[in-house]
Amino acid sequence: MKTQAVTANLLVDGRVAFLTWEGDWSEKVEDSHVVTSNEEAEWLLDSAQRAVSAQVVIDPYLIEVSDSNGSAWPLSRREQIRAAGPTGTIDTAPDGLTAGLKQVA
Amino acid sequence: MYRYDAYDTQLVGERVTQFRDQVRRRLDGSLSEDEFRPLRLLNGLYLQLHAYMLRVAIPYGTLSSEQMRMLAHIARRYDKGYGHFTTRQNIQFNWTRLEDAPDILADLAKVEMHAIQTSGNTIRNTTADPFAGVAAEEIEDPRIYCEIIRQWSTLHPEFSFLPRKFKIAVTGAREDRAAVRVHDIGLAIRRDNSGEVGFEVMVGGGQGRTPMIAKTIREFLPKDQLLSYLEAILRVYNLAGRRDNKYKARIKILVHELGAETFHEQVEAEWAQLRDAGPNLQAVEIARIAAFFDPPRYEEVDSASYQAKLFQDRTFADWVRTNVAPHKQDGYAIVSISLKPEGEAPGDATAAQMEAVADFAERYSLQEIRVTHEQNLVLPHVRQPDLYALWQGLRDQELATANIGLISDIIACPGLDYCGLATTRSIPVAQRISRLFANLDRQHDIGELRLKISGCINACGHHHVGHIGILGVDRKGEEYYQITLGGRADENAAIGKIIGPAFSSANIVDAVETLVTVYLERRRDHERFVDTYERVGQTPFKEALYGSR
Ligand code: SF4
Repeated sequence: MKTQAVTANLLVDGRVAFLTWEGDWSEKVEDSHVVTSNEEAEWLLDSAQRAVSAQVVIDPYLIEVSDSNGSAWPLSRREQIRAAGPTGTIDTAPDGLTAGLKQVA
Repeated sequence: MYRYDAYDTQLVGERVTQFRDQVRRRLDGSLSEDEFRPLRLLNGLYLQLHAYMLRVAIPYGTLSSEQMRMLAHIARRYDKGYGHFTTRQNIQFNWTRLEDAPDILADLAKVEMHAIQTSGNTIRNTTADPFAGVAAEEIEDPRIYCEIIRQWSTLHPEFSFLPRKFKIAVTGAREDRAAVRVHDIGLAIRRDNSGEVGFEVMVGGGQGRTPMIAKTIREFLPKDQLLSYLEAILRVYNLAGRRDNKYKARIKILVHELGAETFHEQVEAEWAQLRDAGPNLQAVEIARIAAFFDPPRYEEVDSASYQAKLFQDRTFADWVRTNVAPHKQDGYAIVSISLKPEGEAPGDATAAQMEAVADFAERYSLQEIRVTHEQNLVLPHVRQPDLYALWQGLRDQELATANIGLISDIIACPGLDYCGLATTRSIPVAQRISRLFANLDRQHDIGELRLKISGCINACGHHHVGHIGILGVDRKGEEYYQITLGGRADENAAIGKIIGPAFSSANIVDAVETLVTVYLERRRDHERFVDTYERVGQTPFKEALYGSR
C-alpha cells in the first residue's frame, strides 16, 4: 500500500503547495494530509480538483511520501527538491530538509 | 545599439496590455489553465518546479547598461534577487508570480525589452557572436542581420506555428563564438572571391536527443537576399517537417531524412519562386539598420600604464590572459566577466552584481554589455588603461574569476534544481568540479577545456559539444552521469562520443579528474585537452576510467 499526499502549484504565484488535513494548501510538505489507501487517495485528488475549479491551484497530483513521526517527506528526488527548494544555489533551502540531498551533491 | 521605432513600441505595448487582461481573466476564472497556458507561454512565462519562470529575450545578447539595471530591478523587486543567464544569451527569472507578470513585462517594455517568442514553436531570439562589432578579425557586425531577422521573424504569421521551435545564430568572424553549427540555421558572414559580402548558410544543426552538425547548403548567399532565402528554408520545413512526433520535428531530422542535397534542392526550388517577389533587403534598409551598430567614437589611448601593471601584478596579468581579448581598435580591449566563481551556479548573477556591471559598462564600456552563450558577460569597449581599475572593481563583486575558457568556466543548465523536464541535477555537479579545480594556477596549466553539463537529454547545457560533456541520466531513481569526449562548438564543430558506462553522482567528479590527469600526462607542447584527445583517441582515457576490460 502506498503512502501518498497531494501536491500542486498555487495559481497566483506558482509556489509548490501540499493539500493539508484541514483541506487548504501549505507550502510545507510536513503539513500534508497523508493517506494510505487508493480510495482515500482518489478522495484527496477530488478535493484538490475543487481547488483547481476555485482558481487556487493548478495541476495537482499524488506523490509518494514516507510518514515517520506524522511528518511527510517525499520519496522521489524531484519531489524532495520541489518540497525543499534548489539544493546548491543562491537560494539554499533550510538545512535539515536538504541535508540528504546536499550529501549526495 | 538598435532603438525601437514606433512599430516596435506599439507592438510590445499592445502585448503587455493584452497579457494583463489575460492574466486578470485567468485569476478570476474566466480562462481555464488549458486556455491560458498557450497564452502565457507566448509571453515566455513557464511553470517550472518551484514557481513561474519568466524567460526574457536579450536580442543577439546585446544589452545597454540601462537594460541591465532594469533586469537587476526585476530580480530584486519581483524575484529572489538574482537571475540566470542562459545558453541562448537570454535571462531567466526563476521565482516570478503570475500576478506580477504584467508589471514585469511593462517594466521591460520601458527599456525596449520583452519576452515574446522565448517559448513555443516559433523563431526564437537570434543569437550572435558576443564579440560582434569589436572582434579583430570580423568581416561585418552580425547584429545588423540579427536585428533584421528579429524584425522579420517577430510575430511572422506564417511561422508562428512551426513543427517545433527554431533557432538561428549568426557570426561575422572566422572564429565561431556563436556555435552556429549546432543551430537550426547557422549563418556565417563570408566574403566571396570578388570581395562581396554575404552568408554561408548552414542548416539542420542541433543538440537534444539527436545531436547533429549543420550542413552547409549554400556557400555564399548575397546579403540582400537573406530574408527570401530564410523564408524558403522555413517554408520547406513548415510543410515537410514532422508534426506527428515531437522528437522528430526539428529541422535537423528533416535535413537528415531527406539528405542535405535533396533538402537544398527543395529550398532552391522554393527560393526560385520567392527570390524576386520575397522580402529582399534594399541597400538603404541594410544601411538604416547598420547605422544603429556604427562603431562608437574611439579615443587615442596611451597604454603605457596598462603595460606596467601587467608586470607589477601577476594576478591581474593572469586575469588579462584569460578574460581579456584583442579589440579591433588599438588601445581597447574586450573584457569577459566570468559568472562562474568557485562553487557558484553557472550563469547566475545577483541584482547587486547586475547593477555593478551596469555601473562598469557606464564607466568603462560606452554603456554596452553582451551576454555569451557560455553564460558569461562581456564589456566590449574597455580602454586598456582602464583595465586595472575595472578588474579591481570586478573583484569586489566576485566577478573577476580568471577562468574564461578553462575547466571551471562550465556551462550547466538549471537541471533538476529548477527545471520541470529534468531527470538529474547539473548545478551541484558543476559546483563540485569548480571546487575541485579551484586552484587557478592549476586551471591555467590545464589550459582551455570546455566542460558542459546537461540535466537531461534535451541538452540545454550543450554537453554534446563540450570537450568533456556530462549528461545526467536517471537510473532507478539514482543520479548517474554519462561522459562524452571530443565535442566542440567552434568552427570545427563536432559531437562528442560516449566514453563508456555512466558514473554515479559520487564518482563523476573523480572521473573528470582522471580525464584531466590522462591529458596532462600525454599532452605535447601547447596542446589543449581536445587536441590531445583528437591525437591519441579514446583508448587511454577509457582505460584510465574503466581499466583495460
Ligand atoms: S537539459 Fe533538460 S534539465 Fe537541463 S534545462 Fe534543458 S530540459 Fe531542463
